[in-house]
Formats: sequence, structure tokens, C-alpha cells
Amino acid sequence: MTEETFEIVLTVNGVHRAARAPARRLLSDLLRHDLGLTGTHVGCEHGVCGCCTVLLDGEPVRSCLMFAVTASGRAVTTVEGLAGPDGRMSPVQQAFQDCHGLQCGFCTPGFLCTITAFLRDTPRPTDEEILEAVSGNLCRCTGYQNILRSVRRASDLMEES
Amino acid sequence: MKPPPFAYTAPRTVDAALEALAEPGAKVLAGGQSLIPLLNMRLAAPARLVDINGVAGLGALEATAAGVRAGALVRHAAAGRSEGAARVQPLLRRAVRHVAHPAVRNRGTVVGSLAHADPAAELPAVLAVLGGAVEAASVRGRRTIPAGAFFAGPLEPALAPDELAVSAFFPAAPPRSGSAFAETSRRHGDYALAGVAVTVALGADGTVRSARAGYLGVGATPLVLDLTSVAAEGACAAAFARENVDPDGDVHASADYRRHLAGVLTDRALREATAEALAEARLDGPGARDGDGGGGGAA
Amino acid sequence: MSTRMFGEPIARREDPRLLTGQGRFLDDLGRGALAAAFVRSPHAHARVTGIDVADALDVDGLVAIYTWDDLPGRVAEPLPLLIPHPALTHGRTGYALARDVVRHVGEPVAMVVAADRYLAEDAAERVRVGYEPLPAVVGIENAERARDLVHPDVPGNVGAVLLQENGDAPAAIADAPHVLEFRLSIERSASTPLEGRGVYARWDADDGSLRVYSSTQASTSVRAAIAAKLDLPPGKVEVVAPDVGGGFGVKIVHPWPEEVLVPWAARLLGREVKWAEDRREHFVASAHERGQLHDVRVGFDGAGRVLGLDVRILHDHGAYTPYGIIIPIVTSTQLLGPYRIGAYRAEVRSLYTNTLIVTPYRGAGRPQGVFCMERTMDRIAAHLGLDRADVRAANLIQPDEFPYDQGLTFQDGRPLVYDSGDYPELLRRVRDLIGWDAFEGERRAAAARGRRIGIGLGCYVEGTGVGPYEGGHVEIDSAGRVHVSTGLTSQGQGHQTAFAQIAAAELGVPIESVRVTTGDTRRFGYAVGTFASRAAVMSGNAIALACRKVRAKALRIAAEALEADPRDLDVTDGVVHVRGDRSAAVPLATVAVLSNPLRYAFDAQTAAATQFATGRPPSEPPVAPGDEPGLEGRDYYSPVRSTFAAGAHAAIVETDPDTAEIRILRYAVVHDCGRLVNPRIVEGQIHGGVAQGVAGALYERMAYDASGQLLNASFMDFLMPYATEVPAVEIDHLETPSPLNPLGIKGAGEAGVIPVSAVIASAVEDAEGIGIDAMPLSPDALFHLRRTSAAWSAAGTGAGTGAGAEAGSAAGAGAGRRREDDDAGGVARGAGDLNPASPPDPSRGGEPRPGQPGIVPEGEL
Repeated sequence: MTEETFEIVLTVNGVHRAARAPARRLLSDLLRHDLGLTGTHVGCEHGVCGCCTVLLDGEPVRSCLMFAVTASGRAVTTVEGLAGPDGRMSPVQQAFQDCHGLQCGFCTPGFLCTITAFLRDTPRPTDEEILEAVSGNLCRCTGYQNILRSVRRASDLMEES
Repeated sequence: MKPPPFAYTAPRTVDAALEALAEPGAKVLAGGQSLIPLLNMRLAAPARLVDINGVAGLGALEATAAGVRAGALVRHAAAGRSEGAARVQPLLRRAVRHVAHPAVRNRGTVVGSLAHADPAAELPAVLAVLGGAVEAASVRGRRTIPAGAFFAGPLEPALAPDELAVSAFFPAAPPRSGSAFAETSRRHGDYALAGVAVTVALGADGTVRSARAGYLGVGATPLVLDLTSVAAEGACAAAFARENVDPDGDVHASADYRRHLAGVLTDRALREATAEALAEARLDGPGARDGDGGGGGAA
Repeated sequence: MSTRMFGEPIARREDPRLLTGQGRFLDDLGRGALAAAFVRSPHAHARVTGIDVADALDVDGLVAIYTWDDLPGRVAEPLPLLIPHPALTHGRTGYALARDVVRHVGEPVAMVVAADRYLAEDAAERVRVGYEPLPAVVGIENAERARDLVHPDVPGNVGAVLLQENGDAPAAIADAPHVLEFRLSIERSASTPLEGRGVYARWDADDGSLRVYSSTQASTSVRAAIAAKLDLPPGKVEVVAPDVGGGFGVKIVHPWPEEVLVPWAARLLGREVKWAEDRREHFVASAHERGQLHDVRVGFDGAGRVLGLDVRILHDHGAYTPYGIIIPIVTSTQLLGPYRIGAYRAEVRSLYTNTLIVTPYRGAGRPQGVFCMERTMDRIAAHLGLDRADVRAANLIQPDEFPYDQGLTFQDGRPLVYDSGDYPELLRRVRDLIGWDAFEGERRAAAARGRRIGIGLGCYVEGTGVGPYEGGHVEIDSAGRVHVSTGLTSQGQGHQTAFAQIAAAELGVPIESVRVTTGDTRRFGYAVGTFASRAAVMSGNAIALACRKVRAKALRIAAEALEADPRDLDVTDGVVHVRGDRSAAVPLATVAVLSNPLRYAFDAQTAAATQFATGRPPSEPPVAPGDEPGLEGRDYYSPVRSTFAAGAHAAIVETDPDTAEIRILRYAVVHDCGRLVNPRIVEGQIHGGVAQGVAGALYERMAYDASGQLLNASFMDFLMPYATEVPAVEIDHLETPSPLNPLGIKGAGEAGVIPVSAVIASAVEDAEGIGIDAMPLSPDALFHLRRTSAAWSAAGTGAGTGAGAEAGSAAGAGAGRRREDDDAGGVARGAGDLNPASPPDPSRGGEPRPGQPGIVPEGEL
């Protein structure tokens, strides 16, 4: 039994990418294994942990809860696409380093994508808004305290620049 | 945890989608936030998925004097953001904020949540308490299924296998009314251990004309209780709720605790909704709420 | 600058890579490798009657299916028992693939290898296994009752009976003025790193060698195990721990069945094979922890000093014992905490159940022990009507008593001797930090607003840096780069930063020039692993010692070049110079060139070391006897025993009078891990530890049903906290250096998690006036406790009034426990004072009884 495959065309981090895959290929797996963008991590494959969060047309989504074929024709931003064209870390990435917002780094890409979209829409958030924004991502290492601090720091960095 | 193989169709029109659904073993894929976890765990194995994400005309969210109509591709996030929807029926936004997490709300759809018919989910209780309806279509025709008939059992909507839920309708809040949504969950964003959506409408004289509560997490389907006489008589709403819900226990909470919570939350939500209705009545004066649904509490 | 690297809160050097998606975790490697999936038992206990693979053979892309019958030689033998112990008389381990019987849900029965994981799962789903179910033993009580057996040849399901004893505790208790007796329980939980386990193996047929990547905490030991299982010389096996997405203990276990089978299949097939564990597998096929029942008897005097403590510990170690009885050993020793206890006895019974194996999870038995001791302290305080902090103070080991011998044997087989500490100061600071003495006012103010709050505290001592050893290798290359390697692994602890700080400070080089490699057997072959808060202590000191060797050699070589006395030289910013004279200097890069006499130059710089360029006397060999070429050094740190960190935590919680929800309003930590290498990293460790502690106190458990099914095996139902559930942590540090190691450091990895359950229990008990004896505590559990508690009704309060706490607080004196009618209050649940001839002494200065061992004389307090 050979599975039918589909042509999947995406703009990933501004680059046109194409791959052939069965309809059941999760977007997370297509990014990681077909396109080699392994920065997006997979922590539960049932949509709870948020490690696999990427931006779909700018909005955070769980890439493990979406078939790649459904995303065809859309624009995806992954952690690899957050830094500037010169390779400089984005304010959110920089803030995570400044505030020790990561330890093992496995959940971090999901947080970075989530927070990047959040600060774009809410540049000067309240503490309560920050908490709500990151409340869908699990981290087992940091206890979140420095992640919350990182969001505030990123907001400051964006304001400065 | 990878989904099993399935055949896949991505129609562009409703008619094409209905044609595809007429094939045996087909299942609708919309937001996928409930279905794909089940597929990844191989707890579901549909022969064919009909992906409606590319279907034209299903993304409309219309707020009119009569109520809010959400097409099958209206995401939770869009429904929650809509000021128009919040004005016409504030309960929708209040409930949506409790649905999982922002990233899930960006994909998950209002209609999909209803069609999944999870008795612990927020929106079925909202549809039920408001007496809303789901519009279903198939190659055989269209029909409107009232909320009271839509939730046939846990995870069991009253949809035929070939039917597509094309939209859901949430009636507008009447004049001099208020609503509240209260739930208790273990973690922020989890399915509720118990929850309730309450609406209260006052008569022109300020007395309670109608009070209704729609419950989640305390039964096999969204339970609706009429609290009108309880509210009017000032009786103990918590006790009334506890006597009338029939929850099951699971790994997160016993039936007893859920029953207790239903009482506590009913009491809280009824007070909040009543206060809002009273404020509404004062704002609107003796006249009825104006036709475009102005007023309504800020969520 | 560089010499001050040690102790600086610098940003982590691993971060830019991890923040830009350039991390390399296990499943990021081996694109295109074959994928493995496993057929796992759906039964907790069953006989395997047959395996039929016929249906699976149709799956496109299937490469192989293996069952136990296919396994050769040592691969077919039981997995090793990693840590044998004389008390573990009935140790049992499983097979890589089940042989005849499965003993827990999730036990691997068959392995499928296919073109990708989707197809491997398709095939695994089609393998039909016949099972004849056997009675499942689930839960500690059922295991002890032993109506059914997990292993037919293990009577009573008892794997081990371990006795820890110092003095005659039963006699001391019998003679004590007050005696309490109660049962405590802590449920199962698990490490649950966000990256599961994983193994990726490449067989090089030409070279006859194997490279294995594993998401492990012990790469050298994995190498030894794989080499032994596959009958390969260790030199032909390389094991690399790549970036590891959290471990927290679970990844110290090895070799996992998958760690043997994947390399074996890779060699057999001559193909790259990878297995990346999914979340469901992690719940049922890795390992859990916690899970103990304690029966406590304690005798104490009127001041609350413990005269005798006798604890019977029932430990659920699951279906097998690959990691021995380390957890209950740690529980039974670290239970004593910072206290001098009159006489102590702990009897551990380690029991088999038909559930997943139990191996260390951050804290590794300490949270249970600390829960026991701190609950005991609270019960003593309640019984005597004393302040809970004062009762602890009365029992603390004093600063002048170090080294303090607890008279027991620790997990490393060495005496339990505390090396240093200042426990009274820890307690004083945590009281200050949380505002212990002002809390009654807060409580009253909250009660006036209808809110119910409570305060609690707990202390602990943590043995860290256990042996036997770690090593460090340091090499300075001809470009002046410093390559540091150590064998133990990293799972997010910031080793690339902390070890670089140590090396930079020891060598006098800029930290930018230091590169650190961990967990790669190609670079360092001898190591133990990352566990027991040991990495900084063990490898940190080993690297420091290796750096000192290299530095001495560099000074010797530079002294020759500068015609100076090595004792007059110093190294600053990577340049060796005469102290006080920066002009007489030679860069370490040049020293590295000079250290390696060459025949062949490989660049302009190294020409200086070739045979016609050096000015060495022709009468001497280019490499002196006993010397080695190269500017490198290797050394090991092997401590005589562990070093003991300590801390005190306190929390203020609020309980909802109606819904019984529990919220942590404040959480304070005072922590002493000796000298801090990087305070920012240490604080991060504490934050993360506290979060896991909160998880274990209020959210996480393993809900097995009576048939051994794990009912909450998903992140939907296993309630790992989000940011919304974890409190901010306020931290204060105390630095009492360890006298045992050159850097004076102690471990910090597990500190945050250890006392949290005890602290939260203490605070909820304080808020509610209901005895808390089991964790985790859910709102549902608190709701039922309120219903059944005698205290609740006796106090004349009902849900929704909030009057209990208020009335209670008014009755308390100062910061003291509010309830002085101890037994009637039900806080000391169970039998109350078992020595009725000795009525409770409400005064705080009860005389110690003569003849009792270990009593602090009154004058010393």
C-alpha cells in the first residue's frame, strides 16, 4: 500500500520551499524532517506543550496540530527566521539571553515565536497580559520567572530601538 | 504519536465539500485542534479527511440585532476579538477566553468546538444556555438543529456522517440582561472541572424575567437549568444547582467535588450576571435595549 | 577581568545557539535514518502467548520487526542491575524485549524498524500479540499485602529491606515525654523533560565501529553498557550526548532497552537507525519517582526537641530495580535534614508493583524524607503549641558542630558526615525574607476581607557532589584557544558557561577563548554522569585541577622562554608575563607552540617549535623524561565523601473558602551551596526546582487504576504547571564554602525542589487548620479533607466563612501556631500523644531528659 503524496508549497522564513509528502505529514515534521529546519521542537504531539509553536501568516499555531498540506500556500516563520538578516538576534532572542530565560533550550523556540507575535501586537504589555501570552507553553527547566522577565526586557529593547 | 494514513480532499466550495462528505468514512477537518490530537494518538482513524480550510464562504462572523452567526471557519481568536460579537452577545467572548491557549484559539474553530460536542468544553454550554442553533448541510439539503437537540451525547453531535456544520448561531442578549461565565480548571487553559454560563434578563420592572444556566463538565451533555424561580425568589442557587447536576468523577476531580463546584460557580455567575443586568437596566432606562444591541457589559 | 570570572553572573555562552534554532537535540540528528517504534504491552501483568507479525509485513517501508526470540547473546539477557546493594536481596531487571511475561504497561515487546516513524507506527499497530492477563499488583498497600506477586520468585514483593540506625530509637521514644504517631504519603511523579529519550546509532562497517547519540545523562556508562551488550571493544564504541532537552534524573538510567536495541539493529542492518521517544511512550516506558508511605513514630521533649524518631518507609520501586535502592537510601538518610536527632531508626521496605520502574527524579528521595521530617516538626509544634520555626530552631545542628556525623551510611557508601553549614542563619534569613514574625497581622487583614491565607516553612540538607570521580582535560592550542572537556553530560545546566568560568579564572584567559565539551566519549572517556547535583562540584573541581596542571606547565615553559623564575610569572588575558612587568611576556598561544617540539611546521607560528628553530640544549631530549608534548593536562577529582548543601524555604498560600483552590502568594528560598560559580545559573536552577516542587505539591501525580493502567498519560491530564501556576521565587544566598574541595563549592541542581511539598503542606495546614498528610494536594482533596476533618467541624466553621483561620490566628501568640488545643484540633492526626503519662508541656523550655543521646543542652540554644 503506497500512500498518496501531495505537493506542498510554503514560504518559510521568507524563502519559497516545496516538498512532497503524504497528507498526514504534520507541519512540525515537514519543517523538521523534510525541510531540515530542526529548530522547531516537538514535545508532546498533542498540542499541549507549545514547543512546536510557529507563526502561520504571523499568528502562533501548534505545528503538531496542523497537517503540512493544510498549510500549503501560507507563510511560516520558525525560530530560524527570527534573527535579523545580518544574523543579529531579535530583541526577543536577545532578551532571553540577557535574562537567563532558557536552560535546556528545548521549549525555547516555541516561546520565542509566541512572544514575537505577542509583542508585535502588544508592544507595552502589562504583567497580566504577559502571563496570559506565555501561558500556553510549558517549560520544565526555568520555572518561568526569567521567561516573564525576558518578555519585559524584550519590550524594553524594542522600545529602545 | 503519528496519525494513521487517510485519504485527503481539500474542496474549494461548500458543494464540493458536501460531495466529498457523502463518501462513507469521511470526516471534516477544520481547525483540527481536537481531531488531530486524537489522530496523533491513533484514537481515531477516519478513511478520508475533508479539509474545509480552503472552502470559500465559511469564514464570516456576522453580528446582527438578532445574534451572532459564526461560519465554520471562524477561529476562536477571531470570535473573541470581534467587538461586534461582544456587543451583541458578550457571553461568547467571555467563554472563548477560557478555551485552551492563544495558539490553539488561533486555529480552533467555534463551530468545530460545537461539533466535537465535548461536554467539558465551553462553547457547547454557551450555545445551549443561549438556545442557539447549528446550521447543517449535506447533499441531501440543509437544516437548522437547535442546541437542545444538537448535543446528543458526549462527543456525539446530532450530525449525520455526511453533514457539515456550516455555521452556528448565538442569539443576541435581550434588553436589560446580563451574563457571566465562570469555571474552575486545574491549570489555566485546561478543560474545566466544572463551569457555568449564566444569563439573566430583567423585566421592565426590574424583576427577574429569566435566568438560565448552562453547565460544562458536570454531565454527558451541556446541561441547562432554568434558574428563573430560584433567582426571583432569592433561593439558594448553589443548592439548586447541586441538586440538579449529575457529574462523573475522573482523575482530576470526584463527582462530589464537581457537584460542589457547580453550586459555587452558579452562585458566583448568577450574582455577576444579575448585577450586570441591573446595571444594564439602569443604563437603558425603562425602555428596551436599542435594536443594534448596544450596551452589554464589557468583557 | 578574567580572574574574576568565577562568581560572576555572566550570560550563558550556549544561549545564542539555542536561541537561533541551532541547537542539536537527538531528533535533530540523523535526517534520513530508519525509524524505530515499539510494540508495548497494554497490560500491567500478562504472559505473552504469541506474537504474529503477518499483518505488519504489508506496510510499505517496513524494514524489520524483532522480538525477544531474535535477540542474540547478551542482547537477550536481562538488562544490568546498575547499583547492587547488599540489602537488595531480590533485585530484578527486565529484558530489552519482553521474554515471556510483561510486568508493566509500556514494557517493550517488539521493535519495528521502517523508513520513517509514521510507517514504523503503522507496522507496530499491526503486530498482534497474544496476552494471558495475570493479576496486577498496583499501589504500595497491595504490594505489601502480597496477595499477588510481581515476580514469582520474590516473596512478599519485597526487593529490599534496609535498616538505617543511630542509637536506640524505640527506647528513646518510649522514654520521651511526648510521642506522636502518624502516616504520611507522597504520590508518584516523574521528571518529564520536554524532550523525551532518544537514541540514534550509526554502524561503520568498514571500521567495525559504532557511533551512538543518546539523550542521556551518562554517556560513558552508556558506552560501556553497549560495548558489553554488543560484545564490542570499548574503543570501537563512541557515545555522544548531544544537546539534551532536560533530564531531571530520568535520563541517568541506562542502558534503556532502546539504547541496546537501536545500536544492535543499526549494526545488524548496516543502516542508520533512530528512535525518538514520543510523549506517550515517555509516560509509560521511561521511569517515575516519589511514591512512598511513611509510618512515623516520634518522641520529643517539651521544647520540641526530637529525642527519638522511628520511620517505617514503604517504597514503591515499580516492576524492576535497575537503579537499585538509591532512592530509599537517600530518603532514609536525608530525612534527618539539618537536625540533630536523639536516636534514629528507619526501616525501608522496597516493594515491587506492576507499574513503571521508579528511579531518581530531581530530589531523588529527598522530597519524601524532608516531607516526613518537616511534617513531624509541624506536628510537634502543634502538639506543644509552639511556633513552628522555634521548634525547628531547637533541633538544628549548630555552626560549631561541623563536621557533623549523622552516624548513617549515605548513598555513596560513605559515612553521612555534613562538611559545613550554618543552619540557624538559614532559618533566621528565611523568617526575615518571608516575614514570618509579621504574618499574624497579614492573616487578620486577609481574614477581614474574607480571604484565607497561611504560612509554612521547611528546611533541608542535600548531599551533593557524590563520587566516585569526574575528570577534566584542558588543552591550549597554538591559536591560544582553550579546549576543556569533561565526561559528564549537560541537560541545560549551563556547563559550557560555568566550566568556562572556572577554566578562565584558573588559567587567566579570556572566557571567549574557552570552549567546553561535555558528554562526548570521543573527548573524554572516563566519567560517571550528571545526577545528584554533582556536575559543578565534580567536574568543576576536576577542570580546576587540570587547569592548574596546565598553568604550571605553561609557566615552566614560559619561564624558559623569558629566562625568568616560574614563581615570578602570572597569566593575564591569555598572556604569561613577569608579575608587575607586562613587557616581559609570552602569549599562551606561543607557549603552546613551544610545548610541542616539531619536525614539521604547519603554519608560520609553529615554525618556532621546529628542530632547527628552538634553542634547547642539544644534550637534552626535546621532550624531557616524564614530560609530554603539548600544552594540555588531565586531572580527576575524587572526593572522600559528599558535600552537603542546605536551605530553608517558606511560603504564603491562599485557599479559596468555596472552591478549595490553592494559590501560592509568595515563595521564599534561602540557599547555601557554598561558593557560587555563576549566581545567575544557580538562581535559574532554584527557580526551576521550585517549579517542579510546586508541581509535585499541587498538580502532578501518576494516576494508575487498579489494573495498572496509567489514566493520565498525556500532557492534557498530567498537570505540568504553566507560567500561570508557578509563583515568583524570592531568593537569598548564604555562602558557606565546602572544606572538601579546592573550589569550596556544593551542588545546587536539586535544591529548589526538595522541601516544596513540605512547605506547601505546612502553609495549607496553617491556612485551613486541617492536618495535611498526603501530597500532592488537589482542590478536590482539600474539599474532601474539609468535609471529613474533625477540626473543620469542631472549630465551628463551614466553607465560605473563612472564620476558622481568623479565630485560630487570634488564639495564637505572636507568630506561634494558632491552635493550642493540639489533639482536639486534629492537626496531629491519629492517636495524639501516645505517652499520656507525660502531658504536653506548653512552656518552651522543657528540660531535656538525662541519658538521652543527642540532646542539645539548654544552655547552648
